[in-house]
Amino acid sequence: MKTYTKFAILIAVIIGTLAWLATGGINETKTYYKTISELQQMKAPHGKRIRVGGDVMPGSIRREGRQVTFVLMQDAARLKVVYNGSDPLPDTFKDGAQALADGKLDPSGVFYASKIQAKCASKYEAAPGKPGQRPVYESRGRQASM
Amino acid sequence: MENLGALAILLAFCLSIYSVLSSLVGKWRQNPFLIASGRRAVYAIWALVTTASAVLVHALMTSDFRLAYVAQNSNRAMPGVYKFAAWWGGQEGSLLLWSWLLSTYAAVVVWQTRKKHREIMPYVVAVLMTTQCFFLILNAFVAPPFLVLAVGKSITEVADGQGLNPLLQYWTMAIHPPLLYLGYVGFVAPFAFAVGSLITRQPGDAWIQTTRRWTLVTWMFQTAGIILGAAWAYAVLGWGGYWGWDPVENASLLPWITATAFLHSVMMQEKKGMMKVWNMVLISATFFLCIFGTFLTRSGVVSSVHAFAQSPIGKYFVGFLSVGIGATLYLILDRLDYLKSESQLESVLSREASFLFNNLLLLASCFAILWGTLFPVISEAVTGDKISVDAPFFNRVNVPIGLALLLLTGVGPLIAWRRSSLESLKRAFLWPALGGLSLMAILLAAGVRHFYALMSFGLCLFVTWTVVAEFYKGARAIAGRTGKNLLAAMIELTHRNTRRYGGYIVHMGIVLMFVGFTGAAFNKDATYEVTVGDAFRLGAYELRVREVRAGENDNYSWDHAVVDLYKHGTFLGTLEPERQFYKTSGQGVSQVAIRRRLNEDVYLNFASMSEDGKRAVIQAYVFPLVSWIWVGFWVVLGGTLICLVPSKQRFQFSKTETAAIEEKHAAVEN
Repeated sequence: MKTYTKFAILIAVIIGTLAWLATGGINETKTYYKTISELQQMKAPHGKRIRVGGDVMPGSIRREGRQVTFVLMQDAARLKVVYNGSDPLPDTFKDGAQALADGKLDPSGVFYASKIQAKCASKYEAAPGKPGQRPVYESRGRQASM
Repeated sequence: MENLGALAILLAFCLSIYSVLSSLVGKWRQNPFLIASGRRAVYAIWALVTTASAVLVHALMTSDFRLAYVAQNSNRAMPGVYKFAAWWGGQEGSLLLWSWLLSTYAAVVVWQTRKKHREIMPYVVAVLMTTQCFFLILNAFVAPPFLVLAVGKSITEVADGQGLNPLLQYWTMAIHPPLLYLGYVGFVAPFAFAVGSLITRQPGDAWIQTTRRWTLVTWMFQTAGIILGAAWAYAVLGWGGYWGWDPVENASLLPWITATAFLHSVMMQEKKGMMKVWNMVLISATFFLCIFGTFLTRSGVVSSVHAFAQSPIGKYFVGFLSVGIGATLYLILDRLDYLKSESQLESVLSREASFLFNNLLLLASCFAILWGTLFPVISEAVTGDKISVDAPFFNRVNVPIGLALLLLTGVGPLIAWRRSSLESLKRAFLWPALGGLSLMAILLAAGVRHFYALMSFGLCLFVTWTVVAEFYKGARAIAGRTGKNLLAAMIELTHRNTRRYGGYIVHMGIVLMFVGFTGAAFNKDATYEVTVGDAFRLGAYELRVREVRAGENDNYSWDHAVVDLYKHGTFLGTLEPERQFYKTSGQGVSQVAIRRRLNEDVYLNFASMSEDGKRAVIQAYVFPLVSWIWVGFWVVLGGTLICLVPSKQRFQFSKTETAAIEEKHAAVEN
């Protein structure tokens, strides 16, 4: 067998294996980024890993033992979220905060989250800024948990 | 003052354009005065950007809160060192740091080569200054650092600034960005030389030899920057890890990978005259990935914990990248005939082949990481759904690649050039391979069932064995001839060929880091809600909560726990994790408590108070072997420094087979 054929076969095997691993990895871990209204219009959303973002509706947070339920809202759209993950919720998670929930949508329309990230939406409003302009560092608030 | 800074940036911007034009026109018209003035402009630009930086730093140090940048990134209470570090704490300042580092590098390049490389220097200067010009456009027009706060038409001042993000107020974070930038920016020099040599159709690999030190030093900075970032994530972020495959982490890793591939494949060009096109592609890819990394960090195109505000800066980067990549590709394709390989691959079992596979694997890893990082962008463009992939994807692809590279680390340096006989392979690798296999068997018998961990430990021993054997063989030969003891002979050996033996030491450092990475297969973690007097177990450890207290100062409120650590009834020490909640930024920050040992770290994070406010939620982790990552890093650093020491004997690579071709090239050139 010619040397270059050998190389070609070896390279093909390596790349093939890696491509196979990569495809598997993507299918296993892919997460859809959705807004609430997009999520509610999504075809066959059940069973897919989804990350949905919105504001925590003031007064909607209910805690029962380890389980926390709340309502995410964005414009007119509302989504009921149930969180029962093992990590404690970030400090920034409170009424009115912007939150990202990772999890899956139940057929009943309830979103079961396994991870919550939150950032405080209002904290920079008192910050100095040029009149008529949003303070540029508003979105610099980091998520409190990774 | 701020006017002076802004003016300096504008002037530097004009001069950078002048420098590019006068270098190119001077070269074209063969006018040495124009060329010289193009070079001198580089020094002037350095002086101007330094002035602008000094103005900004001065404003930060004196808390001049009329400046928007100062107000956003500094406050009065911050210690001086963080006021200084606020230079790179925000968008505008860190881009100015980029510019300043670039101008410094450019000035050093021009100074070092003031009597050399007359042929290609005008092009080198043009490439350096085009990049400089791009960053000065950002500094001057897109992200100006000298904006003042104003209400209506009058300049105002705020009483106190926002302060540097508390997560960044940590010593590794203060030096991580400049180190990483030193690494990012430094690749502009080898790239500029590569382009210069391509344009002038220089024969041979003079550009590689000229820039070898640059590449190594830059690589070293980049390695240090990445590891510091990991150490920071481990010690500060409190999620119990050092690497999360976050887009910005990935962005720093990508050029490091291609640079590592480049450092290896240039040896093929120097020794065999092969892979010339490939090396051009690699150094260009490294440079553009550095720019791309800056783009990813600065534009927030992929959302990430690091990303700054979505800003219009992205389209400038996309423009620069597309023009730059297009031009480089055209140059390489146009000059393919100058990049012809001088030898051919002869066997799958050869040093050449090991380099080839090393490059293939590194590039595959780079591609996979790039793909995964950009997946949200790509999927949105293709399917309309924004889809992200997670850490498991990256691990799944990169763990096997890492192990294969580890294998090559052992095989590559010992296998013969051109072709290797089975007999010589057996001689070189029989014992190391048996050693690695028996370690795997022992670990398997001891109950380790994790496949990749077994492989990794086996390979680590295999590589260590080959490296130690190389040192021992060489040193024994010297000791035999000179009568020195073995240690002195080893130093002598290393000094004779620093590049080779320094490289081995780097490889040893990488092995140690792999030992540390492999420890992650055995991590343990648990979360407990506890109060004073409670005890909980984690692995072999028993943790007893002695105290939980809360308090506050002007800056933040805090919850603090004092936990006694026992193992088999023996008291080991006290760990005090703390949770801080910053009042102005509304941000929570963990002060994790870590008991660092070489065998395993015990890591406590005070996550929060429980909902009723009576119990502390503590996340406890055991990280086996993680310290070896940091140990390995110091070894890598030492090895790289040794590589930079000139060898006692100058090695001339024998190029007997290729001399004829070079003469032909030289003839064409003349």
